[in-house]
Amino acid sequence: MARGRIRARLRRGHLYTFSCLRPSATEEGPHSIEGPGYSRIVHCNQPLMHKRRPLKYRSNYISTTKYNFATFLPKALYEQFHRVANLYFLGAAIVSVSPLSPFSAVSMIAPLAFVVGLSMAKEALEDWRRFMQDMKVNTRKVKVHKEEGLFGNKQWQQVQVGDVVKVEKDQFFPADLLLLSSSYEDGICYVETMNLDGETNLKVKRALEVTLPFDEDEAFKNFTGIIKCEDPNPNLYTFIGNFEYDHQVYALDPSQILLRDSKLRNTAFIYGIVIFTGHDSKVMQNATKSPSKRSRIERKMDYIIYVLFSVLLVISLVSSVGFAVRTKFYMPDWWYLQPQNTDDYYNPKKPVVSGVAHLVTALMLYGYLIPISLYVSIEVVKVLQASFINQDIQMYDEETGNPAQARTSNLNEELGQVDTILSDKTGTLTCNQMDFLKCSIAGTAYGVRPSEVELAAAQQMAIDLEDQDAERSTLPRQKGKQQEIELETVVTSKDEKDLKSPIKGFSFEDSRIMKGNWWKEPNVDVIMLSFRILAICHTAVPELNEETGSYTYEAESPDEGAFLVAAREFGFEFFKRTQSSVFIRERYSASGQPIDREFKLLNMLEFTSKRKRMTVIVRDEDGQILLLCKGADSIIFDRLSKNGRLYLEDTTRHLNEYGEAGLRTLALAYRKLEESEYSAWNNEFQKAKTSIGADRETMLEKVAEMMERDLILVGATAVEDKLQKGVPQCIDKLAQAGLKIWVLTGDKMETAINIGYSCSLLRQGMKQICITAISSDAKEVVKENILMQITNASQMIKLEKDPHAAFALIIEGKTLAYVLEDDMKQQFLGLAVDCASVICCRVSPKQKALVTRLVKEGTGKTTLAIGDGANDVGMIQEADIGVGISGVEGMQAVMASDFSVAQFRFLERLLVVHGHWCYKRIAQMVCYFFYKNIAFGLTLFYFEAFTGFSGQSVYDDWYMLLFNVVLTSLPVISLGVFEQDVSSEVCLQFPALYQQGPRNLFFDWYRILGWMGNGLYSSLIIFFLNIIIFYDQAFCAGGQTADMAALGTAMFTCIIWALNCQIALTMSHFTWIQHLLIWGSIVTWYLFLLVYGMVSPTISGNAYQILVEALAPAPIYWSATLLVTVACNLPYMAHISFQRCFHPLDHHIIQEIKYYRKDVEDDRMWCRERSKARQKTKIGFTARVDAKIRQLRGKLQRKQTSLETLSPITPSQCS
Amino acid sequence: MTNTDRERHRERETAFYLFTQQRLPACKPVLTPAWVITIFLFTGFIFIPVGLVTLRASRSVVEIVERYDTECVPEPFRIDKVSYVQDDSIPKNCSLSLKVRKYMKAPIYIYYQLDNYYQNHRRYVKSRSDRQLLHGWKYHATSSCQPVEFNNNQPIVPCGLIAWSLFNDTFTFIRERAELKVNRKNIAWKSDRDHKFGKTVYPFNFQNGTLIGGGKLNPRIPLSDQEDLIVWMRTSALPSFRKLYGRIEEDLDADDVVVVHLMNNYNTYGFGGKKKLVLSTSSWLGGKNDFLGLACVFVGSSSVILAIVFMLLHLKSRRPYGDPSYLPWNRKSFSG
Repeated sequence: MARGRIRARLRRGHLYTFSCLRPSATEEGPHSIEGPGYSRIVHCNQPLMHKRRPLKYRSNYISTTKYNFATFLPKALYEQFHRVANLYFLGAAIVSVSPLSPFSAVSMIAPLAFVVGLSMAKEALEDWRRFMQDMKVNTRKVKVHKEEGLFGNKQWQQVQVGDVVKVEKDQFFPADLLLLSSSYEDGICYVETMNLDGETNLKVKRALEVTLPFDEDEAFKNFTGIIKCEDPNPNLYTFIGNFEYDHQVYALDPSQILLRDSKLRNTAFIYGIVIFTGHDSKVMQNATKSPSKRSRIERKMDYIIYVLFSVLLVISLVSSVGFAVRTKFYMPDWWYLQPQNTDDYYNPKKPVVSGVAHLVTALMLYGYLIPISLYVSIEVVKVLQASFINQDIQMYDEETGNPAQARTSNLNEELGQVDTILSDKTGTLTCNQMDFLKCSIAGTAYGVRPSEVELAAAQQMAIDLEDQDAERSTLPRQKGKQQEIELETVVTSKDEKDLKSPIKGFSFEDSRIMKGNWWKEPNVDVIMLSFRILAICHTAVPELNEETGSYTYEAESPDEGAFLVAAREFGFEFFKRTQSSVFIRERYSASGQPIDREFKLLNMLEFTSKRKRMTVIVRDEDGQILLLCKGADSIIFDRLSKNGRLYLEDTTRHLNEYGEAGLRTLALAYRKLEESEYSAWNNEFQKAKTSIGADRETMLEKVAEMMERDLILVGATAVEDKLQKGVPQCIDKLAQAGLKIWVLTGDKMETAINIGYSCSLLRQGMKQICITAISSDAKEVVKENILMQITNASQMIKLEKDPHAAFALIIEGKTLAYVLEDDMKQQFLGLAVDCASVICCRVSPKQKALVTRLVKEGTGKTTLAIGDGANDVGMIQEADIGVGISGVEGMQAVMASDFSVAQFRFLERLLVVHGHWCYKRIAQMVCYFFYKNIAFGLTLFYFEAFTGFSGQSVYDDWYMLLFNVVLTSLPVISLGVFEQDVSSEVCLQFPALYQQGPRNLFFDWYRILGWMGNGLYSSLIIFFLNIIIFYDQAFCAGGQTADMAALGTAMFTCIIWALNCQIALTMSHFTWIQHLLIWGSIVTWYLFLLVYGMVSPTISGNAYQILVEALAPAPIYWSATLLVTVACNLPYMAHISFQRCFHPLDHHIIQEIKYYRKDVEDDRMWCRERSKARQKTKIGFTARVDAKIRQLRGKLQRKQTSLETLSPITPSQCS
Repeated sequence: MTNTDRERHRERETAFYLFTQQRLPACKPVLTPAWVITIFLFTGFIFIPVGLVTLRASRSVVEIVERYDTECVPEPFRIDKVSYVQDDSIPKNCSLSLKVRKYMKAPIYIYYQLDNYYQNHRRYVKSRSDRQLLHGWKYHATSSCQPVEFNNNQPIVPCGLIAWSLFNDTFTFIRERAELKVNRKNIAWKSDRDHKFGKTVYPFNFQNGTLIGGGKLNPRIPLSDQEDLIVWMRTSALPSFRKLYGRIEEDLDADDVVVVHLMNNYNTYGFGGKKKLVLSTSSWLGGKNDFLGLACVFVGSSSVILAIVFMLLHLKSRRPYGDPSYLPWNRKSFSG
């Protein structure tokens, strides 16, 4: 609290030049609020006024559920029967009650009820979870003014417009509030808006001066006022309204508005009036309805269903026409049918009626073409797949205890087809923590600890050089094994080292300047000066940690914190800040005793993204006025004096190295000022500051500019933005898997670029294309300019000859707003697709969603969005797959997501292993399903041709019922759940395998039609072989001929065998489960026949004792089964063996390597292949290492050719 | 908990763990050339002998087929065969003489074969009542038997179109003036006789209506003994079918002449169906059926051919299996 006051005073002080000048209410008059869109009236502290119309606004209850108790049944049923196939089965079920049905009604209704019931139960469960989450939010407590200045707890859902609420530190705001006052005297408060826009820095909000006195509970006894403002809208950054109090009208602007779902930080409490509640609040207005997503395969499946429907319709029409013709012309002769005695269904006199009626029968009879069980099986398979994802121990985060979670199982296979990943930055890629790693002072580089990129590059070089040595000397490569160190191991060892340095924000290591050793260095003065710059030039506040006695710092940005920690470790501990001074304890002084020094702060020119620098002007204890400046290197270098360029060359070199190593850099400079010079400038500055009008900012900038020149460069710092664990490796692997990664962040451009560097999305030598909007009022001009930039950049990319050249596109939210308009987005997308990496900064949540939609719809490829905050919700919902990072505070992203993982790095396994598997499983499973149903369904049709198209089925009803439910479904499910083309390790080692998904190798029309053709072939073989074998001859020694039951059963046996052998051929991974299910299905069939043959003949009819008495003793039955099974599968067998031999796919070869155990025998080859098994990528860690190697090799080659002593180095390649 | 119990528990836990992590031990067969060739050759070596054996069995069967539907209508009636067959006043006697070409070993099966007869028509197939056949007319819910359900408000036993259209041609066989002994017992499945057709169910009100279909049944013999009916009630799968009529339990020598006296009662003229009489011996495999053997030989030989083709192709453009140079990223055409 006390600290807060100090800080508040500080804020009000003259130091804060740019951001903190309060626009006084008198400056600009109240807004003229009238007309449509500005109708909201809020009676402050009189919530009762809002109980009646027209002031009755929406309650603060939020609901994100799809259904409620009343709407669940109709809505969910509608959803279910939205699916074509379900609708068809509904129709079939209704008709099945009539005599038209070729089957019994139960056999039609039961499967449908099961399918729909299962799906609806799943929906209900998911919605229930959403409901519970909503309830959790709705029942949060907040202090609300009850009466007579008394505050009491109320649930969020009961908060009403006009209520006065008191929000305490680290609480979320329950609704959109007007800030009245805060624990600070001047009514400011700090707000974290991470859930809204993803920005992590705190934002300052300030109350109106007139409401400042209301900073106690009692003050609200008689407080009233009226707010007139805009209607609810989704715009986060604008607010227009007036506050009428005490017969005066004051204008309100966004800086008085506290938005729901943002958080109060560093402020003990605030008072506020509720303006927008519940779904009226800006954050809820921003929320888009969560769409129900369907995977690509499922959507394609619909088309296949349509195709099958057409086939169904065609054969049904053929049947019914055939039936009508037969009925009209032939049936009168068939006296044994008593044609004169018929009802309408078989009336030769009304062939049309009979034909139409028969159409219905035929549609139902051939319904086996449309696999109703496909949906059930897919649901079951997906749920099981999802549970495997949930249980994967390697995606379990031990720190937070969060496993990966498939929140909807609809999209498992979509994970295997992702083409573009759109990632949030803060909280997803980074932990928002900076580590001071290196610095360059007075032209000398300090800091020996290498960055991740450097380490890996060195290792890779070592391997390659050693390779070449071996090749040249043709010596046995025994050493090789030990030296082959993977990037992973390099990086993990780095992680272990990190654990050893316990100081947060500091991983610097260099004995030359640590522990006071810098005294022994040359240029002690410069070193000291640069440390002082680090310790003084900032806006942070120190905080004494009572337990350890050391100071921690509350800085606006984590970089600044890292600098202060570094300065502290170097012996320049910043420990106190007053309104006008900064105090520093210097541990290593000339005397050897710690000395406290005071630096009087004269001016502070703050950091803005436009200025890219920060300057303080201080007076030291000797009275010397110093200007200390830190900023982006380019900015500082432009402002150096002639004699300040002593270290310029060395520092530039170091800065480039740092940049290459993925570090974010700042240059440090200073300037000594004469008293007279300073006071002259200060007058100017004060004048500019007190000036009133629109151009105040420009004036201030101009004046600041006057002072920040003639600087003397002292050095540069390099800070490593702490990425989350495993992020670079993960990005690397994903890039190798051929995925494109876009970063969409609410952060500043510089931050975003730096992160781009540290996670290897950007690297030195990559051409950066920045698209920026010129500041101009005319929209046309701006757009034209942007369009020109885009065209130019596209041209540049087209003309680029170097195959290794990579481009990065960086674009800002403001520009994006223009670019995303309809007339320009295609050009933008074209450019973005050509670039290796795309970074969008300062984007709003809505823009994130829009960009996602653009990528999704523009490229037609699968997109995955990953994020952790509420600001990512839009994008998560918009993308084909949304992934939320769980384990952070806000759960909004997770709630909106389809999958949640605890850390970004788990994305690799989720996509490359589970995605790959699920994609192949579902694709194969669906293909097989169509095969199976075509093979079965068509035999019914062929048989029709032999029955005069009368609609008789050759199979017993029970066989048909069991076909999909028991006899063939379990093996398919085992295919869908357990199939693995290669093991998970191999998936990770060969990320290139992932491309099978995005290229859709396993579910293209070629393959689907192939499977359908296979089904057609099988149906022909099964039907006609059986018919010819059994049709008129005695089939056993007893002389009996086969009747319909015997033939049907024999045929069905063949079907069961053929289909199950087919699936066994399709699989490549047999655990005991597969064996059990496949061979068990066949055994089940015989068991069923046995049991069915034993029940009373009134139930089993002609199937009574059929196996025991008729079929089993007949050798022809068994040999026919064998023949048909082999004949059905022989072509497929030939196909796969020829395909494997002559056009092997990636996974075939890896399977073979594994099969021959070559990976064990020749692990060198294995390692080499692993390192090569990746898509040629231009981003990621490996690409970066490659680039570095290319560069070094180029240097080496130049050296060699000039010396001409050594034979030229050939790049190590294995044929 | 004993030690073994604990161990077993741990085992189960690890098995479960392996299951959830999808790491269960698995066999991962790969179609290597050795396997492919082995499988194809093996298939061939199974199927060709099987085919040959089957073919041999089928060839050993002697079969005599005689169509009689036209011959058995006397010349003057051939213009209107339907009225001939429907006219009860005209005797339907007819004689055929069959020449035995090859020695036929008993039992010789007698079949009648009907063509273009849709016994598999849905209207026909449905028109029966299994319950009535078993329980007799005590069982009333025979709506499935329509249109042959009631006659003069009396239930018909057996009801339905199938029974109503019972085949009623009869055959007697004479060799050298001596009647051949024809066994007409046990021509139906035993289970049908014992469990499907009631032992106490007698035909009732059968073929009593204005519309007379096929054969009549002796009302004093229970259904379980009416084997012709039982055979007939097993509807055939195809419109052309044979049904067992009886067995000749004497051998027939080559060049024997068998005279068949038949009653040509059954009306196939209305729908132009053929009627045939078939005498056939049987092998262990059943009747004469060359197709199965031929198909087996065909499949077997194509699989051998496949094996050879594969072997040759593999030798010609030999791809060393498990050779990483065939991985896509090692191939030239690969573009990332």
